[in-house]
Amino acid sequence: MTVVVSWLEGVARAARFAGRVLAEAVRPPFEGRETLRHLYELGVRSVPLIAAAGFAVGVVLSMHTRSSMARFGAEALIPAGLAIVLIRETGPLVSGLLLSGRIGAGIGAELGAMKVTEQIDALEAVAVDSFRYLVVTRVVACVIALPLLTTLMNFTGLLGGWVAEALITGMPLGTYFRQAFQPIQFTDLVPATLKTTVFGFIIATVASYLGVHTTRGTEGVGLASTRSVVTSSILLIATNVLLVRLIQFVYP
Amino acid sequence: MATDGIPAVELRHVTKRFGDRAVLDDLSLAVPAGRAVCVLGRSGTGKSVMLKHIIGLMRPDAGSVLVEGEDVAQMSPRDLARVRQRMGMLFQHAALFDSITVGENVAFPLRRHSSLPAREIRERAEALLADVGLAGEYDKMPADLSGGMRKRAGLARALALEPAILLADEPSTGLDPVTSGEIDRLLVALRDRTGATLIVVTHNIPSARVIGDELVFLDEGRIVAQGTAGMLDESDIPLVRRFMQAEGAG
Repeated sequence: MTVVVSWLEGVARAARFAGRVLAEAVRPPFEGRETLRHLYELGVRSVPLIAAAGFAVGVVLSMHTRSSMARFGAEALIPAGLAIVLIRETGPLVSGLLLSGRIGAGIGAELGAMKVTEQIDALEAVAVDSFRYLVVTRVVACVIALPLLTTLMNFTGLLGGWVAEALITGMPLGTYFRQAFQPIQFTDLVPATLKTTVFGFIIATVASYLGVHTTRGTEGVGLASTRSVVTSSILLIATNVLLVRLIQFVYP
Repeated sequence: MATDGIPAVELRHVTKRFGDRAVLDDLSLAVPAGRAVCVLGRSGTGKSVMLKHIIGLMRPDAGSVLVEGEDVAQMSPRDLARVRQRMGMLFQHAALFDSITVGENVAFPLRRHSSLPAREIRERAEALLADVGLAGEYDKMPADLSGGMRKRAGLARALALEPAILLADEPSTGLDPVTSGEIDRLLVALRDRTGATLIVVTHNIPSARVIGDELVFLDEGRIVAQGTAGMLDESDIPLVRRFMQAEGAG
């Protein structure tokens, strides 16, 4: 019973933390310079990972799509099929999970280390609101970065799909992309991409919460980093189910 | 801010508990403006916790903490930020921001709270680093400095806004006697030059004798002895006398 109460108290504290992030994110003054720095650190530095992963996912999806479509003699639909799968679900979800690993672990470890070495106290001591400076800036940067990185993954995924297809059929790049985008509608692209803003919020908020509440020295830092990845990944997958259902409800 | 007659820092019946243990137990202390007070005591007797209450990083469970007459525990975040700009704090392990250079650490408070142009901020930060014997170290990362250098850089950062009240948490712990003596001299020079109020937590009795106008001895969260070094030398409390005789401590 005590464990359940303690767990519920923890959830309530985390929910209050998330609510405070939302409230402070829209209240000036904004830490623009620090947000841009995180956008570079968390976003731009994730480009190689996302681009490479997207390309590989595209190649693999294309191979699977080809073997499935070939059974029905529908090879002509391979680019369109791959684009729909990639843009609607695979791109956003894989981006989210990859970034919960890279960004979530990074934020959890960095803020955890700052907590145990009193750097967060030092920020407060020089009259800086550490919550706005450390947490809100990272969350805002992640919310902005996720849709952009997902778009990149979609693009490199399609590129990977074309390479796989071109090696077999010699299909030109222009033809491939024309066929891929032919069936894509606003409702395929925009809601699926924008839902990753929620993923960004979850990843950065969970990692920040665990980071700034780190205890037990360097052991605690490692724990905060690991828990950030695990918790944000689980929350991300669960939230994805709800968001997909919501998107299908709004755009039936 | 006019502080005529008002102590720079005053703790009134402050109690702070962690679980069942009272780390500060009905503690009262008044530090007049311009005085240097050294807080002594065994490890875990609430000295650092007391400093964190003064700068508003912790709130008391009971009692009040007044800085220049204002209760920091009851302040809005905006007012607390205003009061903190009149204070500087040197942390036990310096707490330099490790993602920016040493110079940027020192410049950080100026960048946040002054309207000085970037070039002037840099010049001031370089001058502060020179004052603590770190000239030419502006572009080094904190990880590249020794423990003593980090502490001196932390002191430079604490002095950046020319604080009226400087809090120092064990400024000489872990330093060699020469570096420790340099830090002591810097603190005394600061007080003499600016008239700042100093509250220094230390285990180092020789440092306390050099820096402190008054020494305060904490035990079990309470002040058990208070006065000049000479008065504590003659204390009728054996623990205090033993502590004062441990000249090599630190």
